[in-house]
Amino acid sequence: MAHEHTADDHAHDDHHDHGPAHGWRRWVYATNHKDIGTMYLIFACVMFFVGGFMAMIIRAELFQPGLQLVEPQFFNSMTTMHALVMIFGAVMPAWTGLANWMIPMQVGAPDMALPRLNNFSFWILPFAFTLLLATLFVPGGSPAGGWTLYPPLSLQGGDGFPMAIFAIHLMGASSILGSINVVVTIMNMRAPGVGLLNMPLFCWSWLITAYLLIATMPVLAGAVTMLLTDHFFATSFFSASGGGDPVMFQHIFWFFGHPEVYILILPAFGIISEIVPTFSRKPLFGYDAMVYATAAIAFLSFIVWAHHMFTVGMPLAGQLFFTLSTMLISIPTGVKVFNWTATMWKGSLSFEPPMLFALAFLFLFTIGGFSGLMLAIVPADFQYHDTYFVVAHFHYVLVPGAVFAIMAGVYYWLPKWSGKMYDMKLATWHFWLSAIFVNVLFFPQHFLGLAGMPRRIPDYSVQFADWNMVSSLGAFGFGLSQLLLPWIIWKCVKSGSPATSHVWEGSHGLEWELSSPPPYHSWTEHPSREIIARGVQH
Amino acid sequence: MSFHMKNAYARRGLQAAFVSLFTLLASVAHADWGRLNMTEGVSILSKEIYGLHMTIFYWCVAIGVVVFGVMIYSLIKFRKSQGAQADTTLVHSTKVEIIWTVIPIMILVAMAIPTARGLIKIEDMGNVALNIKVTGYQWKWEYEYLNENVRFFSTLQRDSNHARQLGSGIDPATVPNYLLDVDNALVIPAGTKIRFLLTAQDVIHAWWVPAFGMKKDAIPGYVNEIWVQVDADKVGTYRGQCAELCGQDHGFMPIVVEVKSPADYDKWLREKQAEQKLAGESSPTAVIATAVTPAVTQ
Repeated sequence: MAHEHTADDHAHDDHHDHGPAHGWRRWVYATNHKDIGTMYLIFACVMFFVGGFMAMIIRAELFQPGLQLVEPQFFNSMTTMHALVMIFGAVMPAWTGLANWMIPMQVGAPDMALPRLNNFSFWILPFAFTLLLATLFVPGGSPAGGWTLYPPLSLQGGDGFPMAIFAIHLMGASSILGSINVVVTIMNMRAPGVGLLNMPLFCWSWLITAYLLIATMPVLAGAVTMLLTDHFFATSFFSASGGGDPVMFQHIFWFFGHPEVYILILPAFGIISEIVPTFSRKPLFGYDAMVYATAAIAFLSFIVWAHHMFTVGMPLAGQLFFTLSTMLISIPTGVKVFNWTATMWKGSLSFEPPMLFALAFLFLFTIGGFSGLMLAIVPADFQYHDTYFVVAHFHYVLVPGAVFAIMAGVYYWLPKWSGKMYDMKLATWHFWLSAIFVNVLFFPQHFLGLAGMPRRIPDYSVQFADWNMVSSLGAFGFGLSQLLLPWIIWKCVKSGSPATSHVWEGSHGLEWELSSPPPYHSWTEHPSREIIARGVQH
Repeated sequence: MSFHMKNAYARRGLQAAFVSLFTLLASVAHADWGRLNMTEGVSILSKEIYGLHMTIFYWCVAIGVVVFGVMIYSLIKFRKSQGAQADTTLVHSTKVEIIWTVIPIMILVAMAIPTARGLIKIEDMGNVALNIKVTGYQWKWEYEYLNENVRFFSTLQRDSNHARQLGSGIDPATVPNYLLDVDNALVIPAGTKIRFLLTAQDVIHAWWVPAFGMKKDAIPGYVNEIWVQVDADKVGTYRGQCAELCGQDHGFMPIVVEVKSPADYDKWLREKQAEQKLAGESSPTAVIATAVTPAVTQ
């Protein structure tokens, strides 16, 4: 490549105190954005398998009617813990890990703005999840009232209840600190020439996500603290017999919960907006519209929360408001899907693993969007609500949505991170197995829900047996296929062939102007205008 | 030795695979694949809801055909391996961007109108002939026919309850209406507008009979309302379940509704009244139950 920054260029600066420390100090005292990013990603991967194992228990119990493996209470613990682990332990840390790795490289900065805060925000997580997972071994077991923690049911929890609440407090603190770091880095550390409206969409989507996190995590913290005082200090925020209101919890929870849904998916939009142009060999279509659509989705996410609770009995005007605002979300989301499609239009497409995952995202996330539109129609929602139709809907947006986008991102940037190519054939296998099994797993759940199967039940009447068995087989296939991912990464790091700095033929952006692997401190000098111009999106 | 072990494991694994494959094929052959869609139901509202469901579904199918069509066309037509050259100037077009913003808005307006109309119908509680109060408990339902002096609990039928225990060894397929049968079914007259008042005693439950279309939460301290009018000719038994997670036996508090002709319903009601009067005189628990149940606010 014509111009490459490497660690050697700046050896005289870096030699003494800027290289990685050795042994455990490198990780425990880590302040380097790449080391912290790696720890986040490994943590997310571990939690993905922990949460996945819980899903396997759920699907094994539901393989056929009758109870074969676990008691109903433990089953409810599994559904609750599966959600908490996957949302707070797998998807969110994976996004933060990707943000840590990519944002400094993409905006031309040497590191994140607040490296010690960065260390703190990561190291909170292992403690939070130790606390959460330890609830499995205490009297009364893990929380079993669903991840939404609706009172009065959640207040019936045993010793695990306060532990789970403290764990949620810790996760929230970690997210807020991580978000502050992202905002400060993007606002203050962009190299001269990297404007807000020409930085990569991954940075944009993360900037907006960070604001959502800062705005909503305190709301969740407040809600669960009120649960705690209701349980231990005789307050009656949510207890009808003491003059409180159990429905108020749902309003507060979903005021956090709906933006949370977009916290899980907006960074995915960012990644897809990076990958589709690269493998279409064409700049992203409608960059400005993409930014505004992301911002519009973020704004709308604050005024749609009650669509999660249409069945609590709201006034007609409230139902109309929330159905209309929810339908509105499909406009900016539609703009995004159309823009990605237009990016492929008249492109020159190739189908490497990142692009395959991105394409599966496009098709399957759109299916999740359709069922979302159906759920917005309140009268129909009275039938869909709390059935497997809802389970199918949110798994379509979260698994082939968020999770596939994370996989796409990992396969896209792994050669950049490690400096080595991975086994493309094996990764293609990983893709096809995942893409096929994810549909075998979740598509039949639409049928189950429409046929009348409620969610969160450990056993069901025999009319639902066939599709449950198909879904469970899909789940086992999907779970086993995921074991390929750590194997592919391990193989790549151990024995991959060297990668070039641009890695992909169509890659554009500042991260590709650095060597593979990049120097320990990404951009120790501002990238030149010429380099920025080469990498600019439009 | 390890080789031998491995072989044994492999053989057992293969056997298990064949058995499960065979079970799967057998179940495919006997499966009732007809139940893929929402039921049209038997009440005025359930048919209204089914209509809305199908309308929005067809809109989604139509949009899907167009969007997926363009995507698939692009994937086939613009492949690098087929020599496609990228047109890197195609990055923006105000015209198409306006088009693909305005058309979805028009579709949404087209959907919003029938949705609002349906909602207004659903919320119309006027002219009800019968009020039934439904109270959710962990894990059973209580039905009270307001001003009729009839109230009773409805719990999971005993044979289902035996079969559903962990390791019961009873095949659910041998139990009639497994998990969907109760000791005392709710009885309502066909062709009559009935209002259900939903509340709960401990945690939140949700009362749902798919054939009636409506589902609503039963919340402690709240009284929610829904109305149901079953078609006059749809006499029969309809089944549903609690739809809001309410603890360990959430999956085991079914709802069974017997819809009778008005004449048969009156006969049933008179018998039930006589029976309850007798029971009320001899048992003090009925009085206690009245005292703890919160009064219905209307």
